[in-house]
Amino acid sequence: MAFLEINQVFKRFGHIEVLRGIELQVERHQVVCLIGASGSGKSTLLRCINALEVIDGGEIRLDGDRVSGRGIDVDALRQEVGIVFQSFNLFPHMRVIDNITLAPRKVLGMNHDEAEAKAMALLRRVGLTEKATDYPDRLSGGQQQRVAIVRALAMDPKLMLLDEITSALDPELVAEVLNIVRDLASEGMTMMLATHEMGFAKEVSSKVCFLHQGVILEEGPPEKIFGDPSEDRTREFLKRIVDAGRL
Amino acid sequence: MLTYRAGAVASLFFPPAGIPALVHSIRAQRLAEKGDIELAREHGEKARNWAWYSVGVGLTVYLVAALVGLLFANQGSVRVVYFAWSILTDGSSWHSMIKGFWINIQVFLIAEVVVLVWALFVAVVRLLPGPACRPLRFLATVYVDAFRAFPAILVVYIVGLGLPQANLPLVGHLSDMQYVIFALSLTYGAYVSEVYRAGIESIHWSQVAAARSLGLSYAQTMRFVVVPQAVRRVVPPLLNDFIGLQKDTAIISVIGVLDVVSRARFINNAKGSLTAYSMAALLFLVVTIPFTRWLEWLQNRRQSRTQGGR
Repeated sequence: MAFLEINQVFKRFGHIEVLRGIELQVERHQVVCLIGASGSGKSTLLRCINALEVIDGGEIRLDGDRVSGRGIDVDALRQEVGIVFQSFNLFPHMRVIDNITLAPRKVLGMNHDEAEAKAMALLRRVGLTEKATDYPDRLSGGQQQRVAIVRALAMDPKLMLLDEITSALDPELVAEVLNIVRDLASEGMTMMLATHEMGFAKEVSSKVCFLHQGVILEEGPPEKIFGDPSEDRTREFLKRIVDAGRL
Repeated sequence: MLTYRAGAVASLFFPPAGIPALVHSIRAQRLAEKGDIELAREHGEKARNWAWYSVGVGLTVYLVAALVGLLFANQGSVRVVYFAWSILTDGSSWHSMIKGFWINIQVFLIAEVVVLVWALFVAVVRLLPGPACRPLRFLATVYVDAFRAFPAILVVYIVGLGLPQANLPLVGHLSDMQYVIFALSLTYGAYVSEVYRAGIESIHWSQVAAARSLGLSYAQTMRFVVVPQAVRRVVPPLLNDFIGLQKDTAIISVIGVLDVVSRARFINNAKGSLTAYSMAALLFLVVTIPFTRWLEWLQNRRQSRTQGGR
């Protein structure tokens, strides 16, 4: 059984079926990129995996354990699965260091010094130690997003979900965030990314899934999807991306 | 618009500022006719400023003059009724009033702390999630609706006179001041819980999503993420309610607590002048204004430290 098993997952918002039978397996240390037009269901799928949305049908299993439906402990699940959002969502009333140590202290019961030491080590990795005692509004978008990644990493997740994490950034700030994701990939972190950065997806992913109208229309290694896709829809989508100068 | 003539003429009702306004306006027009548009704009701007000074300063001067006139109207009877020298200069009257006012301050300070805690509790209960909490939510909603409907004075009567007469255990034998604090806390707790609720609901759901995705429980999310941000956001309306609470401490005089209003009434009865009421009003003014400014200062200082983010 794969590390993450997604079987026939359905999700509706009112009358709109956003996910219509998603099938996906993710192995440990894989980096899976979800591509597809806006509204194709990429973000919703990620949000379903850590139960921020409740699915209407199907099953999600993480490490053999069912994490969808009734009788699951969402808080326990979320300790294993970290998510980083498009709009950072840092806590504006807390300093950077407190943003990072909040969950380790309150959820894992780590003591204050231990949590801070860990947070500082992580901040060092992303080059932000000097910002530790600043409030988030003093940071650039790229810096805020790096802090958000660190905040998720501080919980030692087994799986990281990255939901279009560079879409809200100015172009010159994208690289500093992607570099961190690249490092994580090379260290073997299991990740799922919803992204519009096709060049990055091509470079970093072990598997690319093309979502179209709530189903995974095509999946495969990046060379296959970006080089020789078998579906017309995928070709159309990639052509639009190329025409827009994004690949 | 360039010369602002109409405004300048109108502002002549207060000549010290109206005349400069008119002069600048005329000069602006001449310059405009000569084609010096830029200098004309400069004088137009000056005319406009003088006209506004005229409105502001003029209204103030005339208003003060009218008030002073009122004081001396009818052979100074207004002054005698509200500001009798014999009482204003009487140390023992002031002493008595200030002693009473100290009771108002105590009631206010204690009730404020009780209200802050109690109202937050009610707001959180009203926002509990899930169908199982529906009865609790309902209970909190009934309380808020009811106590926003009851006039504070009725609650003070019902609690302060009723509970001791009913001779209930525990709540039947409190001091008058404790009853009053209880009554005001009930009334203001309902208002303030609505302020808190609005603040909590104004926190974007993405903050909750971020907290929950880190594994924090609902309660932890409220405690560490939502409520701290909500409270910062509602400080100005809270402040408003607390000024209301401070004034409403005057209601306690109706159940015979010797507060500043009761004492003013005694002096009034003894000396036949409303001056003591003016003194009481002055005491409220002297406390409320610095209090307001202080809280505003606190708020500004915090805002400059952290701006609300996404």
